[in-house]
Amino acid sequence: MTVTSDLGNEWQLTPPLSTRLRGMFGATVKAAKRDIVLGVSISLLLLGLFLAVFGPTLARTDYERTDPVNRMLPPSAEHWFGTDNWGRDVFDRTIVGTRLSFLVGFSVTLISTVIGVAIALVISYFRILDAIMMRFVDGFLAFPTILLALALISLIGPSIGNVIIALSITATAGKIRLVRGAVLSLRESTYVEAARAVGVPVPRILMLHVLPNIVSIIIVQATFTLASAILAEASLSFLGAGVPEYVPSWGNIIATGQGYIQVGFHISFFPGLFLTVTVLAVVLIGDSIRDHLDPKLRGRLKTTTH
Amino acid sequence: MTEALLTVENLHTQFRTEGGVVQAVDDVSFNIQAGETFALVGESGCGKSVTALSIMGLIPNPPGEITSGSIEFDGVDLLQVSSTEMRSIRGSKIGMIFQEPMSSLNPVLTIESQLAEPLKIHIGLSSAAANDRAQELIDMVGIPDSKTRLKQYPHELSGGQRQRIMIAMAMACTPRLLIADEATTALDVTIQAQILDLMQEVTEKSGAALLIITHNLGIVARYADRVAVMYAGKLREVGDASDIYAASQHPYTVGLLRSVPRLDSEKGTPLSPIGGEIPDLTNLPGGCAFNPRCQWAVDRCSIEEPELIEIAQGKQVACFEHASVSLSV
Repeated sequence: MTVTSDLGNEWQLTPPLSTRLRGMFGATVKAAKRDIVLGVSISLLLLGLFLAVFGPTLARTDYERTDPVNRMLPPSAEHWFGTDNWGRDVFDRTIVGTRLSFLVGFSVTLISTVIGVAIALVISYFRILDAIMMRFVDGFLAFPTILLALALISLIGPSIGNVIIALSITATAGKIRLVRGAVLSLRESTYVEAARAVGVPVPRILMLHVLPNIVSIIIVQATFTLASAILAEASLSFLGAGVPEYVPSWGNIIATGQGYIQVGFHISFFPGLFLTVTVLAVVLIGDSIRDHLDPKLRGRLKTTTH
Repeated sequence: MTEALLTVENLHTQFRTEGGVVQAVDDVSFNIQAGETFALVGESGCGKSVTALSIMGLIPNPPGEITSGSIEFDGVDLLQVSSTEMRSIRGSKIGMIFQEPMSSLNPVLTIESQLAEPLKIHIGLSSAAANDRAQELIDMVGIPDSKTRLKQYPHELSGGQRQRIMIAMAMACTPRLLIADEATTALDVTIQAQILDLMQEVTEKSGAALLIITHNLGIVARYADRVAVMYAGKLREVGDASDIYAASQHPYTVGLLRSVPRLDSEKGTPLSPIGGEIPDLTNLPGGCAFNPRCQWAVDRCSIEEPELIEIAQGKQVACFEHASVSLSV
C-alpha cells in the first residue's frame, strides 16, 4: 500500500460557482414542484421580496398624505384594504411597509445568526472564554428583549439602523446560548473524537464536523428570529423607539389600527395578515430546508413522496 | 530483539473526580514491536481505554491528566511533542478504531468525505485524488459496490460495514500502529471474526502493528502475538498469547480464563466466574488490588503490592504466589 499525492491534480476540484448556483436553483425548483407547500411558501416569500423592492413604486396614492374626509373607510374597490384613521390607504401603506419589515427582519436574522454561531463555535472550545462570554449572555437574557432594545435605542438614538443593531444584540445572545449548548454536546460525540483521532485540526472539526450537524437547529431558530424581529420592530415603533409613526411598517400600521380595532379592524388585519403569511412562509421554508439537509430525513422523503 | 515501535514506560494517568483522584493507569510499562499484534485485556474500567487514549494524546484535560511516564513511538516521546505535532501523528502514523461503529461516523457527511479527510490533511491530496483513494480503501476493506457506498451516509450502512469504514479511515495513511479499542464489542459474533480477520489482514499487508484492546479472551487466543492483562489500572501479567492461554500464572488471568468456555477443556468442567466485584478505583484495597477476590491470596497480599517481575524470557507477572498459581483446579 503506497500513497501517491501526484494523482488527479489536473482535475478541476469543484465546478465553477455559476454552475453550482444553477444547480441549486434547479434543485429548488424541482423540490418546490414536488412539495406544494414549499412551492407556495417560496412563491409568497418571493412576492414579499418583490413588494419590499418595488412597494413604493407600486403605491397608487401618497401613502403619507392624510385625507380626513375619507378616514376609516372599509375595504372597497378604490381602497382595497380600506383607509386608516387619517384617511391614508392601508393597501399602499402595507405594501410600502413591506420593505422596512423585511429589512429589519432579515438583517437582524442574518447578523445575529452569523455572529452568534461564530461566537458560540469559538467559545465552546475555549473554556475560559466560554465562562466569561456566557456570563454576558446570561446578563443579556435576563432582560426582556423589548426592554433591552428600548434601553439600547435610548442610548444610541432611534433610527432604522439602530433598531437593527439593538434587536441583533438581543437576538445574538439567544443564538450563542442555543448553539453553544448544541456544540458542547456534539463535542463529546464519538465521531468528533474519531475525527480528532484522525488528526483533524480544531477549526476544521468545528466547520466540517460540528457545524453541519447543527444547521437544522440554526435554521429553525433563524425562522423564529425573523418572525420575532419583525414583531419587535413593530413593538418598538409602537412605543416610539423605532421609526416615526408616519413611516409605514407593518408594525406601525398594526399599532395604529389597534386603537380602532372595534370600528375598523381592517387597519390592523391586513398588515397582520401579511406579517402572519410571511412568518408562516419562512417557517415552512425553514422546515423544508432542514428536511433536505438531514440525510436521514432526505432518504425518507424520497421514499414517501410519489 | 528488534527496536520496539512503541514503548510505554511508567505511564501514570489520573482523573480528578468528585469522589477523589482516580489513578486510571498506574505505572504501566509495555512495548509493541513493529508488525506485531498486541492485546491489552481486562474488565471494564480497568484502564485499557485510558491507556489507548493516553497514547493518542486524547485524554480530556481536565479532568484527566498524564502525570508521569513516557510514551516513545518510533523514536519520538509522544508526551513531549507539541499538540500540532501530535495532531500530525494521529491519523497518519497511529490509527484508531473506536468501540461504537454506530456513532463513530459523522451522520451528516458522506462516507467519501470522511474517508478522504485524513488523506487531505496528512498527505495533502487534492479532493479528486483523495476521493479516488477513498474508493480503493473501500475496496480494500471488502465492501462491495464501492462507488455507490462512497456517496452514501453512515445510516445507510450496517454496523459491520461502518466498522469496515472505520478501519479504512484508520488505515488511510498507512499508519505504523493501529489501535482497536473494543472495536468488535458492539458487533455480532460472526461479524466480529470478519472484522478481526480484516484488521489482521490490512495490518499484515502494510506491516503495521496492531494493538487490540478487549475484554474478550477469545479474541486474544486467536489473533494476538502477545498479551498484557490489566486490572485496576496496573498490568498484572504480560507474555506470549499461547503461553498465557496455556499456562497463566496470575490469579486474575486464571479467573478470566476459567470464566469463559474453552473448546479444549474437559467435558463437564463447570465455568467458574471470578467472585466479588471490581473495586472502587478511588478507594482501592491495600496491597494487591485483586487480593479480596483472589483464591491464592495470603496475608502478605493485603499489605504489600507485588511488582511486575520477569519470571521467564518475555513473561512478566505481578503476583507473590505466581509459582503456585495454575489453570488446573
